[in-house]
Amino acid sequence: MPTVKDFETPNKPTWCPGCGNFNMFQALRQAYELTSQDFEHLAVVWGIGCHGNGADFTRCQGFHALHGRALPAATGLALSNPELTVVVEMGDGDGYGIGLGHFVHSCRRNIDMTVVAHDNQIYGLTTGQASPTTEHMMKTVSTPTGVLEEPVNTIGLAIAEGATFVARGFAGDVPHMTALFQQAIEHKGFAVVDVFQPCVTWNKLNTFAWFRERVYKVEEESGYDPTDRAGAMALSLTTFHDMACTPEQCKLPIGVLYREEGRPTYQDGLPQLDEPLWKRALAPRDLTEMVRGFM
Amino acid sequence: MATQKTLAATGNVLVAEAMRQCAPDVMAAYPITPQTTIVEEFAKFVAQGRVHTEYVTVESEHSAMSACVGASAAGARVMTATSSQGLALMWEELHIASGMRLPIVMANANRALSAPINIHCDHSDVMGARDTGWIILFAETAQEAYDNTIMSVRIAEHPDVLLPVMTTLDGFITTHSIDRAQVMDDETVAAFVGDYHPDLALLDDTKPPVSHGNFAGLGGPYFEFKKAQRNAIDRSAAVIKSVGEEWSAICERPFGVIEGWGMEDAELAIVAIGSTAGNARHVARELRAQGVRVGVLKVRVFRPFPFAEIADALGGCKAVAVLDRSESFGAEGGPLFLEVRSALYDRAERPAIVDYIYGLGGADVKLELMRRVFSDLSDIADGAEVPGRLVYLGAR
Ligand SMILES: Cc1ncc(C[n+]2csc(CCOP(=O)(O)OP(=O)(O)O)c2C)c(N)n1
Ligand code: SF4
Repeated sequence: MPTVKDFETPNKPTWCPGCGNFNMFQALRQAYELTSQDFEHLAVVWGIGCHGNGADFTRCQGFHALHGRALPAATGLALSNPELTVVVEMGDGDGYGIGLGHFVHSCRRNIDMTVVAHDNQIYGLTTGQASPTTEHMMKTVSTPTGVLEEPVNTIGLAIAEGATFVARGFAGDVPHMTALFQQAIEHKGFAVVDVFQPCVTWNKLNTFAWFRERVYKVEEESGYDPTDRAGAMALSLTTFHDMACTPEQCKLPIGVLYREEGRPTYQDGLPQLDEPLWKRALAPRDLTEMVRGFM
Repeated sequence: MATQKTLAATGNVLVAEAMRQCAPDVMAAYPITPQTTIVEEFAKFVAQGRVHTEYVTVESEHSAMSACVGASAAGARVMTATSSQGLALMWEELHIASGMRLPIVMANANRALSAPINIHCDHSDVMGARDTGWIILFAETAQEAYDNTIMSVRIAEHPDVLLPVMTTLDGFITTHSIDRAQVMDDETVAAFVGDYHPDLALLDDTKPPVSHGNFAGLGGPYFEFKKAQRNAIDRSAAVIKSVGEEWSAICERPFGVIEGWGMEDAELAIVAIGSTAGNARHVARELRAQGVRVGVLKVRVFRPFPFAEIADALGGCKAVAVLDRSESFGAEGGPLFLEVRSALYDRAERPAIVDYIYGLGGADVKLELMRRVFSDLSDIADGAEVPGRLVYLGAR
């Protein structure tokens, strides 16, 4: 089975030094090793953004989709070959902005795949414009007087729309992220891991230090029940605070926030997926018997 | 009194400056390389209170053009900017803008289309939009990008036209290189573009209500709508010329829908659009110094296509090379070639004509390549066979 090193290409990552993407890259490769992925069955789909540049650094069956369109491309992949383990890496602008519609419908379908969101709350690749998860009133190059909209509640949205595994990671904690990715990949259904991924170049507010003072692990809280959908929804709302909040005022939960086992996946509803579509014979079938009843 | 100052600035900064001077009521935009700095610069102007525009940061280019269409229908002067995948994503809305006769002005930073992904210059994006009913201008330099933006407003909003205008500049080469340019004073630009008084605005409470875009199916006026659109873009040819002459008189820079260098007596000519015209002219000058009768014809207006002017300009040549920075896969040649060759069809005397596809995805446009083109043309003029099909210039 391939190990962490085997999932690397000769191309060295071009992310800015200190970027949260490095740790995510590490954690994802560890999760691939831990879940025994092989090159024949692991397919990774990327959107466009700094996160998407991972397509050049990851050795796997890869597909670099358009900005915002990783999920529909992955859906096509997953349905035509149910033997694949499909992982999507998307950005916050990519997946929660221009491609948000696809996210909602993928949750709703509970399609069996894993989505890892590199949520740096900014457009990294296009150099620092506000994204749909940028804090309310934060100033960026595209919003010099501050962002007017409230950020998307990504966790709440995923839970509300029917994703059956919803987790949040922090790029400053590789072992924790690795465990989340591993569980997400092993989960049967639509698994979302939204990762706080500091963009050290363009987001000077939500930095590693800022997160370190604020994140806490739900699994260490006594009594947190990730199977309680309403409770998870309520928890998602506690993430939103005033931009200037102190660490005492804003606490950010990380870990598995919601999980539901046993709900049928989209694939379960398609009996023809008992074998990969591409393996099915394309030759014309003899319909004589079937038609006889109508003659 | 018109006063101009000389600035050193990138094409994008100059386009943003021109947009500020034209004072749109609404701008809706989404960032994409290499357009981004146009809208960022504009956002700064808004924040500084230097322009009173409703600046909307939307979640995609589809939403950007949708917001522009809505704002324009409501009676606002509207501008935006995009590039590449962004323009491609706008496609269905581009037709709404032209079909509803909404005089939106949009800058496009010309860039290659995926796949594979590439962020550098070519004309695949704008040429993909050539049949969307927009008027399309090309700039060679940052100065032309600035001038074209200002003229676009007048052209779009002219009552004989009422069509959207796309004013394009080459990604990175023109958008990001610092160039010297003359910038007009604000008052002169404001007076030149004037105010926009739409006839059928949705928010005009002094008139009976109007509704845009209703069903015009079988037996309805759809066909006639399209004919009206065709008539409008045909009429725009004269408007573009007169607006160009007027602006040219104020800013003292020449404007032509085509601009020739050495074309008076050229035997061999290159037809180019955008920044490459400069490379071609550089080599043409060298060859002229050696006594070779070469010329360069630059096309500044692609829609409406100036076919008569082009046929006149090329009529006397022996051999012509058309440089296409985009493909029309499966066609006889690139988009510019198809138009130029068609323009020459009615002429009794036609030069030999060759299509060169070059510079896709930002592939370097070396002077060496321009020398090769002129040398091919010279061979053809001397009796060498015309290549039967297009040539991929400089491809490995
Ligand atoms: C249709 C389209 N519009 C715009 C772009 C330009 N673009 C590339 S990446 C990006 C945003 C990136 O932000 P995000 O998705 O958060 O990813 P990050 O770079 O932060 O990882 C944009 C706007 C594009 N590629 N395609
Ligand atoms: S711009 Fe931000 S997200 Fe992109 S590589 Fe640099 S630090 Fe990372």
